[in-house]
Amino acid sequence: MSRSNMARPAMAPWPLVMLAAPLLPFAMLDGAALYLPQIPVALALFALSVATILARRLPASALGEAVLLLVGVAAAYAAPLVLLNQGHALAQAGGLWLYLAGATLLLWRVLALLAGVTGPARLAGPALFGMALVLLWEILTRGFQVPTILLPPPSLVATAFAANAADLWDDFRQTVLISVLRGYLIGCGAGFLVAILADRVPFLARGLLPLGNLASAVPVVGIAPIMVMWFGFDWQSKAAVIVVMTFFPMLINTLAGLQSAERIQLDLMRSYGAGYWRTLAMLRLPCALPFLFNGLKINSTLALIGAIVAEFFGTPVVGMGFRISTQVARMNLDIVWATIAVAALTGSLLYGALALAERHVTAWHPSLRKR
Amino acid sequence: MPAAQPAPLTLVPPAADTAPRTIVDIRNLTLTYQAADHPVYALSDVSLSIAKGDFISLIGPSGCGKTTLMRVVADLEQPTSGEVTVNGMTPEQARLKRAYGYVFQAPALYPWRTVERNVMLPLEIMGMPKADRQQRAREQLDLVGLSGFERKFPWQLSGGMQQRVSIARALAFDPDLLLMDEPFGALDEITRDHLNLQLTRLWLSTRKTCIFVTHSIAEAVFLSTRIVVMSPRPGRILDVIDCDRDLPRERTLDIRESPEFQRIAHRVREGLMEGHSYDD
Ligand SMILES: Nc1ncnc2c1ncn2[C@@H]1O[C@H](COP(=O)(O)OP(=O)(O)OP(=O)(O)O)[C@@H](O)[C@H]1O
Ligand SMILES: [Mg+2]
Repeated sequence: MSRSNMARPAMAPWPLVMLAAPLLPFAMLDGAALYLPQIPVALALFALSVATILARRLPASALGEAVLLLVGVAAAYAAPLVLLNQGHALAQAGGLWLYLAGATLLLWRVLALLAGVTGPARLAGPALFGMALVLLWEILTRGFQVPTILLPPPSLVATAFAANAADLWDDFRQTVLISVLRGYLIGCGAGFLVAILADRVPFLARGLLPLGNLASAVPVVGIAPIMVMWFGFDWQSKAAVIVVMTFFPMLINTLAGLQSAERIQLDLMRSYGAGYWRTLAMLRLPCALPFLFNGLKINSTLALIGAIVAEFFGTPVVGMGFRISTQVARMNLDIVWATIAVAALTGSLLYGALALAERHVTAWHPSLRKR
Repeated sequence: MPAAQPAPLTLVPPAADTAPRTIVDIRNLTLTYQAADHPVYALSDVSLSIAKGDFISLIGPSGCGKTTLMRVVADLEQPTSGEVTVNGMTPEQARLKRAYGYVFQAPALYPWRTVERNVMLPLEIMGMPKADRQQRAREQLDLVGLSGFERKFPWQLSGGMQQRVSIARALAFDPDLLLMDEPFGALDEITRDHLNLQLTRLWLSTRKTCIFVTHSIAEAVFLSTRIVVMSPRPGRILDVIDCDRDLPRERTLDIRESPEFQRIAHRVREGLMEGHSYDD
């Protein structure tokens, strides 16, 4: 037995629940229940899935087995989509759902196998996981005919996305590139600078910290309308909301970071006769970096939420918050979902970029060290 | 400078061909830490004067104030009473002139800097050009047996290696006064012997003044011109033992077998035991 084979644990029996699928109706057509042998394409896909399970020991490596089983999973996920396109109803198709459940459990094994391999194939795991979620969403909403008002299938959201791409881009530019970016930079920058000031002037820190707790308890829906009244409909009011939301997290994190240098490290600087600013630049700020990134990451999501909520209370006729509020009123939930997708994607990308930068800049920190 | 007061333990440095210059002068130094519940008498009426080129070892049980004494000289701690001068200046002036290099009891390396850049830190602060800095750092790392580790990060090194980096860092800017707080505490016997030899050679060739804390009697006798035995609660000087009279300045490791060496070591041990009896 090869070493990679030894490393592969035996498959748990759960995916085999799909073998019960032929016993139950596999689809409904014009009110009549159809069983697996009566639908040739479904039978072929089902046979393919079962065959991959039976043949799973043939590939020499874990990666090979993962790819083989993935074919079986893909066949199972394709089956309901094919049947739906042929006009079958699936709500009472117990056999099909068993098949799908077995395939999803099989996917579990694929992901476990991929997590064990080295190299770029490892990265396929999370991507497959995300794709499977979207596909299940599509299959379940369409299979059970969930009203699109409640939850549209992803395909419908994608269509809305393509049809409204120009609007969505304008919204993105208004909300993210203008309001969020400016508010975020002002809020984080001010928090950082005031923290450095407060670090030098202790009574300032003592006065500001309780205020920070107070500010973090203020609900954004409370301050947003006030800021719109103060600063008008355009980006300034959104930026103001974001500044209020992001200032204190940044301040508190920076202050904590500046305090985090150890006494002996400070003594070393002192022994070199280094002054306040040099000690700040060469010791205290590097020490504070993990804390700074923490603040920046928290604030990246806060800023996006702040801008979108603030747009509910008044905005020029563009912006993600504006789009959501108006399209909900018109029952165009697919556009709402497309906007939500843009917001979610933006938030994740922002957060991911910051996390990546953090990994790069503070690779020395105990939580990120690689030997 | 005022004339030497006849303080009980102030020692006149041994007469040499050139008039020895006092580098560190400590008079009636007392330091009390105000801890939360009760005061800690870390140092009580300590007087000591150290001439240029001296190698002074401080030895004594844990908590007897060795680190505190060095920190006062380095202007990292303010005395409660008494006077300290370094190079004829107050410790603060001396610190601002970068009169000393301090090897702390812990390595105190900056984890975001590579080993080499840690050693270059004081040179960077002093504004030395980059190429010179790098060359100096390489030389010092070579001296402590760490060439090849320049690009590693401190946390990729063992504890003893980290401590050697901190020694290289203190040596890098070539201070006339070296304060070393148990620099070899975390090292194996062989490396320790090797570095002891390196240190005496360096000290002999550069005529630096060293104040050195150790818990090893043999190390203290081997390295020092004078050994200061301290005792705790309150921290004070029990005995000052002159090694220069009986041992040559230039020393090799086999000197440790000689009867003079054994005699001095014995005296240090007796002093330490006397100090320990105060514990109970
Ligand atoms: N910052 C401080 N605050 C209060 N007490 C302190 C402080 N630093 C040291 N002490 C006390 O002063 C005394 C002397 O401490 P010091 O560190 O000088 O001892 P030491 O001789 O260096 O001991 P060791 O050999 O263990 O390093 C100890 O009793 C210690 O508890
Ligand atoms: Mg100590």
